[in-house]
Amino acid sequence: MHKESIFQKSRRAWFKKIQQLGLIAVGAWFSPATVFAKPEDAAKAIQEITGGKPVLDGKVKLVIPPLVENGNLVVLKVSVESPMTANDYVKSIHVIAEGNPLPNIFTVYLTPRSGTATITTRVRLADSQTVRAIAQMSNGSFYQGQAETLVTLSACTELV
Amino acid sequence: MSKTSRTSITMPSSAKKGSIIEIRAIAQHDMESGFRYTESGKLIPRDIIRVFTCTYNDVEIFKADFYSGIGANPLIIFTTIATETGVLEFKWSGDNGYEAVNQANITVS
Repeated sequence: MHKESIFQKSRRAWFKKIQQLGLIAVGAWFSPATVFAKPEDAAKAIQEITGGKPVLDGKVKLVIPPLVENGNLVVLKVSVESPMTANDYVKSIHVIAEGNPLPNIFTVYLTPRSGTATITTRVRLADSQTVRAIAQMSNGSFYQGQAETLVTLSACTELV
Repeated sequence: MSKTSRTSITMPSSAKKGSIIEIRAIAQHDMESGFRYTESGKLIPRDIIRVFTCTYNDVEIFKADFYSGIGANPLIIFTTIATETGVLEFKWSGDNGYEAVNQANITVS
């Protein structure tokens, strides 16, 4: 009887310990990365661009290095298949990074006089993530392309 | 960031009519994202270039909106069709009254 009570006591202590560990785990889950956007933010940004219209896959090719050492300067190339004639051209291209504090990276507006729909620029990536490019065609339809990347040193979180 | 800064354009000075030319435009700018903190914990306000436009003989042919996700010293490479001899004007404008203008001539044969 006496022995059992000691066992019970220690078991209770164990439960308490485990509970505390659980609390720490929950805390670790909530505390970090409140600055980073959630995929919902990116979905909202996409919704604002398309106005709820369906986004088809294909036509858009997004090129970023699959492994990035420093997220502060990542060369990003986006190209859209299009004849770029007066009747059929790419109106705009939007690039969205779902892991950045602000998902929108840039928007370009093209005309038939652009000749090709190819843009190269340098962007910041805050985290390993999927980057999307959404193109609006002259007939109002939307196409998207995406690329995944692994970032070892993230942008925007460092102190000055 | 100062009200203006150095900018540079790289593009061919002459081209065949109807050919596609590549234009590289770069501006010297910190592009402070507005998401960084100082060591004392103060948020550094955003200071970026927001709009870049390119006009070809006063007709707008290209426009880009930049957000905080564009890296420092923004570089943008795009293309256009060489239609006529003339002047291409490039304009950057952004936060805190930043404005920069650059021009390039092209001879189309």
